[in-house]
Parts: sequence; structure tokens; C-alpha cells
Amino acid sequence: MALIYPRESLSVFPKHLSPEYRSTVKRSPSQPLILMPHTLSELSGPVYGHNAVQEGDADLTKQHKGEPLGERIIVHGHVYDEDKRPVPDTLVEIWQANACGRYVHNVDQHPAPLDPNFTGSGRTVTDKNGYYRFITVKPGAYPWGNHPNAWRPNHIHFSVFGHSFLSRLVTQMYFPGDPLFPFDPIFNSVTDEKARLRMVSTFDLENTIPDWALCFRFDIVLRGREETPPDKH
Amino acid sequence: MSDITPSQTVGPYFAYGLTPHSRCNWSPDQKVYDWKETVGANLVTPDATGEKIRIEGRVTDGDGLAINDAMIEIWQADSQGRYASPADKRARTNALFKGFGRSATDKEGGYSFDTIKPGAVPGPNGKPQAPHIVVCIYSRGMLRQVYTRLYFSDEAANAGDAILALVPEERRGTLIAHKESGKGQTVYRFDIRVQGEGETVFFDI
Repeated sequence: MALIYPRESLSVFPKHLSPEYRSTVKRSPSQPLILMPHTLSELSGPVYGHNAVQEGDADLTKQHKGEPLGERIIVHGHVYDEDKRPVPDTLVEIWQANACGRYVHNVDQHPAPLDPNFTGSGRTVTDKNGYYRFITVKPGAYPWGNHPNAWRPNHIHFSVFGHSFLSRLVTQMYFPGDPLFPFDPIFNSVTDEKARLRMVSTFDLENTIPDWALCFRFDIVLRGREETPPDKH
Repeated sequence: MSDITPSQTVGPYFAYGLTPHSRCNWSPDQKVYDWKETVGANLVTPDATGEKIRIEGRVTDGDGLAINDAMIEIWQADSQGRYASPADKRARTNALFKGFGRSATDKEGGYSFDTIKPGAVPGPNGKPQAPHIVVCIYSRGMLRQVYTRLYFSDEAANAGDAILALVPEERRGTLIAHKESGKGQTVYRFDIRVQGEGETVFFDI
């Protein structure tokens, strides 16, 4: 499959320099990026299929002796290209804070408890329909030092590969109706409202498992489409 | 109109998920996280032919300070210039060499990869490109990844490379990894300056 990767699709991405998010000020290129044609080096990309994933990697509640505290949830969805065709056999990696809003990362010293039964990293590969599914607990909000009383909305970090190095995406999945949305400069670095809302999962009652776990759906659309868009009938 | 999902920063806490065995974790009392690595900083496989090399560098910000929480990903061809990807029709089937690696930066902003020097790969208008590695940088404070390229200081083919030719001459040097001798192995040094004096060239792709 030969895909093309129009640059216009990236127009909804955040700007490298988004001063409301303070860390961007010294970590964004100041020189204009150099426009270049896509060569085989960009149009190809690594394939990490089922051999990269072990049984159980997609269930973050079963990685330790006991079950983690918090609200058990299912997070699932499809990975698509820009033509809305499924992206099969592609690696999806996630990482997140625990239910208290604490990461196991050494640098996170936020005074909230660690959970000995929760690490917060997961990994899976999409099936032939581009479908993926994780079981985890809902991450908590947590404070950060960007500005006085800054709190990140609840979110799960996603890393996805797709068909080439150009479709590589690192993003964050948010939860519907989070009251912190208006105050978060990372979420709001995506200035187009429709695009911003594509990072918000939807509550999926139908796939909730009664007496066991709520469910959220998060579909991901990666760069890449056919040169001639498919006919729309 | 595309319905693409926007990028967000990798944040400061990716290490236990994406680079659990890398140098990212510079706490003195804990070496690595207990999570299998998807991919690491050593790309060399038993079936890889060609020259073994090490790439080392530092990542710094607009004040010249170390970026100690970045993740670097590299993507490269094998020594014959073939990518281990369905997009490359010349790809060897069942090759162990993947050409993809990840390294987190340490306290000093340092990163490294052990790999094979790539061969020349096909380029625009049927002309080969000089050997190079695609380099992608993610970190806290980067809302989207930035792409650059690493070329090798000892390659005459650089002079005819179509992509290098797009870069203003005075900035081209930021894309050249310099061969260092006397270390017992071939080391290429490639520092990445995200902003400011000597700013690395990043590509709009």
C-alpha cells in the first residue's frame, strides 16, 4: 500500500512554541523547519507486531500480586489512517498515573501514594480490524509546576506507530467532561476545538461490563491516505 | 478535511513505559524499571552485516542546558541500504535487524546507540541518498516530535545528497555526526541543540 502524507493534515497539531505551556519556550526550534520531500527513509517505518507483546501486557490490573486500587476501566478503540481504513498489526503503547495521580517514575515526587499493585505501562497490537483494548484503572489528576495551582486533567499517554515513520504519533487520551480542560495549556495547545475533542474519549455504555468495569472508547487517526481518495457513495 | 488525532507531549514520565531499561532512570538507587523493553538502544543483531558503530551525543535546550528527559528514536537502513519495512520492496524477509532504536537521555542530556552504519538508500529522482539515519526527538516541552537527520562526516556522498542540499550551507554542519577516533571502536558524535546558537536543523515533513 502506497500512502501519501499531506502536510496540511498536521495543521491541527500544536505549535512547537506554545508559551502557555512554559517548557516549550526553551525547547522549541527558533529557526524555520526545512521543507523536504518524503523519501523512502520517511515513507518506511518499523514494524513491531505480536512478537513485541507478551500475554497480559494489555491488562494493567494484572501485573502484580494484587489488584490496583481505583476505578477499573476498559479503554478500547480503533486505529485508522486518514481514509478511515483500519491500521492492523500496529503497536500501541500506553503509560499513565495511578488512581491517585502518582506516576511510578522516580522524578514524580507528588505527595500521593504509590500503589504496589500498579505500574501503569501497557502494550498491545491492533488486530486485523485495527482494534485494540486495554484494561486499567482510571488515572487521577495531578498537580504540576507550570503555573500556580496547575493540575493536569486525567489522561493516558499513547504511543502509536502506523504505516511509516511519518505516521508515528505520541498523544494523550482524555476523559469526557473533565472540569480541568479550560485550565490545561497542554490540552489547549490544540487550538482547533474539533481537533481538541478528538483527544477526548467517549463513555461507551454498550461495552461496559456490568458489575465489573466502565468502558471508554478512543479512536485514533494517524497520518497517511491514498493519493486518490476513495469514492464516496 | 482530515480527522487526524493531534499530537501531545510525551511528558517527563514516559521512561517506565517506553524506555524502561535505558539510561533515563538516573536515580542512584534504582537501575531500571520492571517492564519489558519494546525496543532499546542496541540495534545490532547477529545477522547484521557491515560496520559496527556507536552514536553518542547530548541534547540541549535554548539556554544550552541538558535536556535530561528526552527520548530519541532512530530509523535507518541496513548496511546494504535496505529498510526493514513493507514500504521497501527490497527488504530482506525475516531479517532480525530492524533499524529502529530508542534511547532516553540521562542527567547530562546524553544518549547513545550501538548500531550498524547504514548504506546509501534510494532518493528522489532515482539518485541514491548519502548514508543517513532519521532521528526523532520527543520530550517534555515538545508538544510534537521534531525530525532531523544524521549524516556521517566521512562520507563523500554528502556533497551530492539531495536533502542536505536543501539546507543552507552554514547550517548543514548541524546534521553531520563527527567520527571520533581512539576509543577502541568507531564512535560518531551527534549533539542535538533544540534551540539557539548552533540550532540543529529540523525538517518539516
